[in-house]
This record gives sequence, C-alpha cells and structure tokens, in this order.
Amino acid sequence: MSALRQIAFYGKGGIGKSTTSQNTLAAMCHYYGQKILIVGCDPKADSTRLILHEKAQSTIMQLASEAGTVEDLELEDVCKPGAGEFNPEDDTITDGYIMCTESGGPEPGVGCAGRGVITAINFLEEEGAYDDELDFVSYDVLGDVVCGGFAMPIREGKAQEIYIVMSGEMMAMYAANNISKGILKYANTGGVRLAGLICNARMTDREYDLAKNLATQIGTQMIHFVPRSNHVQRAELRRMTVVEFAPNSEQAMEYRELARKIIANDLKVIPTPLEMDDLENLLMEFGLEEEVEVDAIGKRAEEA
Amino acid sequence: MGPLNLENLQKEAIAEVLESYPEKVSKNRAKHLGVDSPETSKGACDTSRSNKQTVPGVMSQRGCAYAGSKGVVWGPVKDMIHISHGPIGCGQYSRAGRRNYYIGTTGIDTFVTMNFSTDFTEKDIVFGGDKKLKVALEEIDTLFPLNNGITIQSECPIGLIGDDIQAVAKKYKSESSKPTIAVSCEGFRGVSQSLGHHIANDMIRDEIMPDDSARKDFQSTPYDVAIVGDYNIGGDAWSSRILLEEMGLRVIAQWSGDATYKEMAIAPKAKLNLLHCYRSMNYIARHMEQEFGVPWIEYNFFGPTKTTESLRKIAAMFDETIQAKTEEVIAKYTAMTDEVIAKYRPKLEGKTVMLYVGGLRPRHVIGAYEDLGMEVIGTGYEFGHGDDYKRTKEDIARSTLIYDDVNEYELEAFVKKLKPDLVASGVKEKYVFQKMGLPFRQMHSWDYSGPYHGYDAFAIFAKDMDLAMNSPVWSHTKAPWDTEEKGA
Repeated sequence: MSALRQIAFYGKGGIGKSTTSQNTLAAMCHYYGQKILIVGCDPKADSTRLILHEKAQSTIMQLASEAGTVEDLELEDVCKPGAGEFNPEDDTITDGYIMCTESGGPEPGVGCAGRGVITAINFLEEEGAYDDELDFVSYDVLGDVVCGGFAMPIREGKAQEIYIVMSGEMMAMYAANNISKGILKYANTGGVRLAGLICNARMTDREYDLAKNLATQIGTQMIHFVPRSNHVQRAELRRMTVVEFAPNSEQAMEYRELARKIIANDLKVIPTPLEMDDLENLLMEFGLEEEVEVDAIGKRAEEA
Repeated sequence: MGPLNLENLQKEAIAEVLESYPEKVSKNRAKHLGVDSPETSKGACDTSRSNKQTVPGVMSQRGCAYAGSKGVVWGPVKDMIHISHGPIGCGQYSRAGRRNYYIGTTGIDTFVTMNFSTDFTEKDIVFGGDKKLKVALEEIDTLFPLNNGITIQSECPIGLIGDDIQAVAKKYKSESSKPTIAVSCEGFRGVSQSLGHHIANDMIRDEIMPDDSARKDFQSTPYDVAIVGDYNIGGDAWSSRILLEEMGLRVIAQWSGDATYKEMAIAPKAKLNLLHCYRSMNYIARHMEQEFGVPWIEYNFFGPTKTTESLRKIAAMFDETIQAKTEEVIAKYTAMTDEVIAKYRPKLEGKTVMLYVGGLRPRHVIGAYEDLGMEVIGTGYEFGHGDDYKRTKEDIARSTLIYDDVNEYELEAFVKKLKPDLVASGVKEKYVFQKMGLPFRQMHSWDYSGPYHGYDAFAIFAKDMDLAMNSPVWSHTKAPWDTEEKGA
C-alpha cells in the first residue's frame, strides 16, 4: 500500500461540507477500494452519519466526559466501522472500508469546542488510530478556522492536503479565502498545502467561472464542480450517501470523478489568499455585485 | 561612602545594565530605572514609569491578577470559602503561603489555609465548568455549613472558555441566600497582581458594601475605626490594633487579615478608615469615602519613628482625650523601643540595605531600617503605580536607586555594584543572594517570622535583621582560594 494521506475538508458552515465529504469519501471507498478513517471535527458530530446510517455517533468528548477522562477510553469505544458496504468485514462491493470517529464537543454557547478537537485528535494519535492499513485519514472541520483548535487538523504532522468546499456566493468565497489564510500560516511550519476548491454548486449566475477564477487567484485548482441534485437529499433522508443509495446515478458519477481526482491529485500549493478589496473586485467582475459608488456605501435601498 | 559617590555609583549601575540590553529593551527599561534623593526635584520618584507590561523574556518577579485577588485581598477573609476555579495548580501552589494569621477552627468556622478548587480537567475545558461550579458550591455548603459566604476566584481558563460564573453565583446566591461572589480575576488580565487587587476591591464594593443587614443594629461610638489593607502576616494586624485600642479607639473591622464577612460589611460604619496597604485597597477606601462619607488616612507602623508619627496623625482626627492617651501610649512604648535600639543599633549602624518588594513595603519599611541606623540605598516596587513612587519620595533619606518591576538580571547587577550589607526581597530572590554570600531577609511574609507592624513587633524586626547580618555563618562563605571581594 501507499503511504497514508491525511486530508481535510474545510468550508463555510452550511455549504454542504459534510454531505460532500461523506459522498466523496464513500466514492473513494466504493469505486476505488480506499481504506479511510473519518475524523469529524465539529461539535455537531454530523460528519459520519451517512456512512454509519445513524443520527449521530457517540463522540470522543462525550464518552470521555462519561468515563471521567479521555485516558479512560479505548479506541474501539470511539471508532466505529461504517455500515453495510463500508464495514471492513463486508467485501461484497469493495475491499475498502470506512472507519468513523467524531471529536464532539460542547453544546452551543459553553466551553471550548476547539480544545475538544485538540484533545480528540491527540487521543486518536496516541491510541494508534492511524494504522498502517489506512490509505486516507479525512478531517471534516466546522466552518471557519476560528481558533487554534480548529486549526489543529492542519498543524504539523496532520492533514497535508486541504480541500475547501465552497459555492459561488460571496460569504462562501470569503470563508474560502479566510481558510486559505489559515493554511498559509501553517504552510511554512507544518507543510500543509491547499489541494483544491470543491464547488458545491448553488446554481448561482456564472458560478463555475467565478469559482474557477477564485481558485486561480489563490493559486489552486477548482478540482471539481459538483452540480445540484435532488438525489443527494433523497439519500440523505435515508441517512445514506448517493454513492450507496444510487451508485449508478449521474450524481454518484460526479462524486466518483471527484474521488478519482483526489486520489490522483498532485497539485498541492501554498495558497496566495486575496485581500478583501481584491475579493470584492472579483465578485464585481463576475457580476455578482454591481459596482457601487463611494457615496452609496451604507445607504438603504430606498435612499439610493 | 559620601552622598555624591553613592549617587555616581547608582547612576553607573543603571548605565551598565542598560548598556547590556538590545536598543529597544534598553529604551524601555531606562524609563523604569533612576536615582532620587530628598534634595532632588523631579527625580526618579516623580518620573519613573510603572504599571506597564513587563519586557517579555526577562525574569520578572510579578504575580498575576488571580494572585492579587485570591492571594492578597480575598484569601485572608477567614469565614468565607474561596474557590480557586480552574485547574488545580493555581490554588494548590498558592495555598497558605502568605501566612495570613487568623483565629478560628480551621475547617469548621474558618478556612484560610485550606485549598478549595474545582480541579478542572480537559473535559471541563471542552464542555464548560459552570455545572461543576454549581456542584462545588452545594458541596461546600453541605460539608462546611458554618461558612459565611463563598467567593469564586477565576483562573485563566475560565476567561478563555467564556464560562458565565457571574450567572452561576447570582443564581446560587438567590437559592442559598448566602453571599456568593464571582470574581473574574483571570491571571492573564492586566500587567501584574495589581489589577487583581482592583477587581477584588470592585467586587467588595458591588457585593459586600450594599449589604446593610450587618449594619442595621450596629451600635456606633465616636471612636470607631477600621483597619483597611493589613493582611495580618505573622500577626501584623494584631500588633497594630492593640495600639489603636490603647489609644481609646474601637477597631470595628480589619481588612482582610483575620477578617470576617460581617466585619467587611460594617466597615462603612467607621468614623475613619485607616489604610495600611494603599496599593491594594485604596480603591475601596475611596469608595467608602464617596458612598458613605468615611474619610481615610494612610499610616505606617514599621519602626518606632513612623509608628509614633502615624499614631499622632490618627489621634489628630479625634478629640483631646484620644490625643492625650496616644501620648501615653507613645511614651510607654518609646521606653521599650529605645531599649531595642540601644541593643541593636550599635551592631547595625551604617549598614546598607536594598529592597525589592510589593505593595507598600518598598517605602514603608525604610523608616524601620533608619531607626536601626541602617541606610536604604535602593528600592523598587513589583507592581506599584505612579502614586506609589511619588509617595516614596517622602520616605527616602539619601540618594536611592529606584527600580520598577526590576528583573532578576538587573537586581543582581545592582547588588553587585552597590554591595549592600543586606538584601530584603522575596523568596524567589532569597537563594540567589544567599548563595552569593549576602545576608537576605524575605520581606513578603517576614521569612517565617513577624509580626513587623507596631512597637512590639519592632523588637522582632530588629532581632531578625541582626540575625541575618551578624550571623557567624557569613565568615564561612568565602573559600580560602577565593580572593575576590564579597558580592563581587
């Protein structure tokens, strides 16, 4: 087997990051026999539900809290094999498998979710969760790199390839740019690289061009443009990935193509994030925003 | 040493230290170092920069805001339980270190030397500690029902994870109807323990001062005073209050050494607040003046000269009977302290001292040394402000090296240059200088001795200084082959 690759999915909250990552990883397993460990780094703990066919799995921090300390936990307690074809025992469709773990964290408004991520990842490493058989470890990280905890997956010795899930909306692009800044910060000390933007299409105007242009400007590629499809939601309601639900559907083929590109990807760069002004100019250039006169800034629609 | 020689040596010492620094540090530190003397106008006492961020990388002797609140102001309040809220270290390593004496049965009705901690672990950081805090409050009241209130002293992580301890305290207070006071004194706030004092004072102002239940049935006399800012280290407050009582005054409260919640709550009933440690409690003295019209004066009970001066100053605020009694007290004790001086002064005359301490001591103890014929040639504050330095001017007797937030390197360099006979500073400095063969007294907690406040205590002070400097041990510190001078 080849050396373990550690990848991470980042992106603005609500962009479809967990859905995209699970479908992509499922495709990597289903079509290409990859052996994968998912490390969910989001207190919501929704990074593995489509693989496990569960609502949400018990998280490392939740179990640690019940047991007393994280040292009281065993790896088996927190690492669950995927359901059906993703189970290591199940070789009917693929030799690949997916193991699932969630860092978990506090309910909204209390405690320190970032520390939860750090604790959980340290635990997994110390317990040897990253075993030799694995091809990929994939971190699914909440929203923005808001603090040191959520940058944990991109520190030295962790994820080397970052995929940013985004769309053609201003705030998603703004977040993508911000995440690039986080990567840039750690690029020189830890060796983390930006490996591409995944555009999870919202079907906004000229979305493809815009995403492609942003990717070029920050020095990377738009690795795939995932079109919108109702299959995704239908599968999701069954707590499944499209890949498992409808492996021959067009949408599954899209994820298959993205999976192939990620496995073959060798474009890993230190990003060149844009200044806020440049980012706004880019949006204007693609007609997402009309050029605004200086004296119109801060004026309401009826005033203008 | 002539006064001019001394001044030149002091200036040289500063120049040498500054020269060894990189330019930026040198520029910064130059503002904190200087020389002043009683004759100089606009000397270092007026101009010294203070209460600023320590230069990163140097060994500062400062503490943190938590130390200022829990360790200094709140910790000695004996009938309340003070929770060190956060990981165990802050509470355990500061436990009982300050020798705040108190009367009571520890673990039953008084709790000063005990350590109460919420003992945060990783999961408390991740999930927040508010629930754990609530459990701790309940446990305390179950196990120690005679406590008269609980304070929550925040350690750093509480501020980082944003726990709402104020809300927990408020809720528990309404349920238990006992004072429950959350103090947000996270260690990273401010530049030293000084901000912790201020935050602690503000919580006394907001949580204790408005409680007039203790004041309702209070029977006032015209001679009620409160001691504010005496932490009863080695019994300081006790050797102070007997003098005030002999003068005919009634001490209704002493803060916060050997203090109770109730004493603190009745302090606004005092006719006069007597402020000892200005730095750590001037805030609440000012508040009581504004809110309750209680005037306050500072006093100094170190050494007979300053004690006598202070007693007369206090007596002047009262009527002639008090003033007459005060003169009797002074006469009685002066006979005693004269004997102490007669015994020790010949052995200590002309010996030089360098001080580096906190609070009020960098200026207040100068007089006690002067009474023994000793000369203070250098002094500095760990966490003083501009008003402390201005007040220092009145106490210095000769050309004095002034060093604010002095670091380990500087203090060592200054001592080597000025070659004092005694260094009086904290425990962190103690062994550095003793290993250099220099007599040292730990002047934060009186080196396991004390009290040092008042007339009686002067005998102890004099004896301690004599022991430190004239011990025969110093004649053995020099190796036969070592030809260099002591301290060089």
